[in-house]
Amino acid sequence: MLTTRRVDAYHALTVVAPGIAERYRPGHFVSVAVGGPGTPMVTRRALAVHDVKPDYGGTVDFVIAVSGPGTAWLADRRARDTLDLVGPLGRAFPLPRDPVNCVLVGGEYGSATLFGLADVLLRRHCRVDFVLGAASADRVFGALRARRMGETATLTTEDGSLGLRGRVADVLPGVIADVRADVIYACGPMGMLRGVTAVGIEFDIPVQVAVEEAMACGIGVCMTCVLPVIGDDGVTRMVRACAEGPVFRGERVRFDDIGTIPFDALGAPGGGSARNVT
Amino acid sequence: MSPDGRSVDMSTYITHVELANPVITAAGCAGTGRELAPFFDLGRLGAHTTRSITMAPRAGRPTPRMTETPSGLLNAVGLPGPGIEVFLDRELPWLAQRSIRTIVSIGGGSVAEYTALARRLAGAPGVTAVEVNLACPNIEDRGRVFARDGAASAEVVASVRTVIPDDVPVVAKLSPDVTDIVTVAAACAQGGADALSMINNPLGMSIDTDTMRPALAAVSGGLSGPAVRPLAVRCVWQVYNALPLVPIIGVGGVTTGRDALEMILAGACAVAVGTALFHDPLAAVRILKELEELLAARGIHRLADAVGRAHRPPGSGSRHLEESSL
Repeated sequence: MLTTRRVDAYHALTVVAPGIAERYRPGHFVSVAVGGPGTPMVTRRALAVHDVKPDYGGTVDFVIAVSGPGTAWLADRRARDTLDLVGPLGRAFPLPRDPVNCVLVGGEYGSATLFGLADVLLRRHCRVDFVLGAASADRVFGALRARRMGETATLTTEDGSLGLRGRVADVLPGVIADVRADVIYACGPMGMLRGVTAVGIEFDIPVQVAVEEAMACGIGVCMTCVLPVIGDDGVTRMVRACAEGPVFRGERVRFDDIGTIPFDALGAPGGGSARNVT
Repeated sequence: MSPDGRSVDMSTYITHVELANPVITAAGCAGTGRELAPFFDLGRLGAHTTRSITMAPRAGRPTPRMTETPSGLLNAVGLPGPGIEVFLDRELPWLAQRSIRTIVSIGGGSVAEYTALARRLAGAPGVTAVEVNLACPNIEDRGRVFARDGAASAEVVASVRTVIPDDVPVVAKLSPDVTDIVTVAAACAQGGADALSMINNPLGMSIDTDTMRPALAAVSGGLSGPAVRPLAVRCVWQVYNALPLVPIIGVGGVTTGRDALEMILAGACAVAVGTALFHDPLAAVRILKELEELLAARGIHRLADAVGRAHRPPGSGSRHLEESSL
């Protein structure tokens, strides 16, 4: 652990982790054990990687929102504390081969994931434009950096305290038209990803979403972070956000059915509902 | 290595089947095996237990499937999996090719379904043992869980036993949510179970006080993790006491070598690691190493000598019991 600092409503952590920094690609995440040795908190927390830097052999940055005792413990870490990290995990964002126009859409601290991606896209001579949004100004993460890195950065808040009043999906059609976007990358809360995906479908451009689902292990064994996703064969399966994701093609994710087992999903309970077991 | 420089013989037996050591993965906690392969060689463990394999593909329960509780985890995952055919086609061969000792867990909704699963497994190469997950609702008994009832459990076990070859042990996985676990254990042993595995998750519940709704989509779920360990130790102790000749796989909240030793002292000859794998993918190999060191530090050179040791009356715990009793 190198530093922790407050960034508006969030905490940013920098950790020396050369093994993770070396293998990181944008979209990857890391899992962290919280609470220290003998902790009563038995599940790991999944953290999106904000940035990697070559300093000290390789550092990794995370942005967290304190939402319970585990994230509160993380926010309390200080320089020279050690953290138990596993990563990089998950499937990274697929990258365009050609220099295309990319709109990067972030909701809340989900935007933290987008800056590493923007770096790689800019190196490939893609045009990058940002759309960042949240409920209020202090919850919009990375606005300054987005302005610096992107051709444009459009900000939205639901209370109008920063940028345009509204949600990212409200302003996205205008941005897509203005910049003649070829692809959308998005990370943030599920509702936002659903809205962004709908816009992508309307404009017939691909949307890559990085989802946030509650995870216990992050490595694909606990089977708790599942969501309904349509496969290449057209069949809906309950897939793991940690192992098959967290990046999916937006139009493949059945956002309206999250939290359910769609009746047509592979292995959905049909007929014998008594067969559901814990 | 013990203080006198001798290494500990960690081998153990599930009836006549030898395992190199007593630490195994618990059903439903180690995926297909492939997920843990980047972290350690599963072949270093006594055995890998698969998730419960079902006849047809199963999507499982809706989310949220999991919520953290003090020193534990409530889950209602619902036995998701691709079904037995895909398991036999893609998952079991992967394990067999790596010579990973594999205990195949099976789950069904009727005696006929368990039997059909056993029949599909009977000829398959690479099955070290079959574990019968009895915590499944019996569709022929209004969804009552088999494990609740000795007779229903024994019927499943007996039927599986007749189909599985004699050289493959059948293990009955018992639930602690019963009036008397010894009665169910004895019925299973009578029904032909070669070994018993305990405990499956006891049922628990958690309510989200912000949404004021149950935290799990399935309302209640199985409790696992260190919170259930004393319950598991009690069950192992009681069943070992009643049935000292039936091998027991101790399961429930084992996260350290010391926890594993406690289970063994209570009467388990093997110890399964489950929820600890979620917290630490390397937990099983760490527990194995810690267990070996703890046995050595106590001058115990054979794991078998520690099994059920806590049942011996005080004062008889001499280091060389066999020799001194002659």
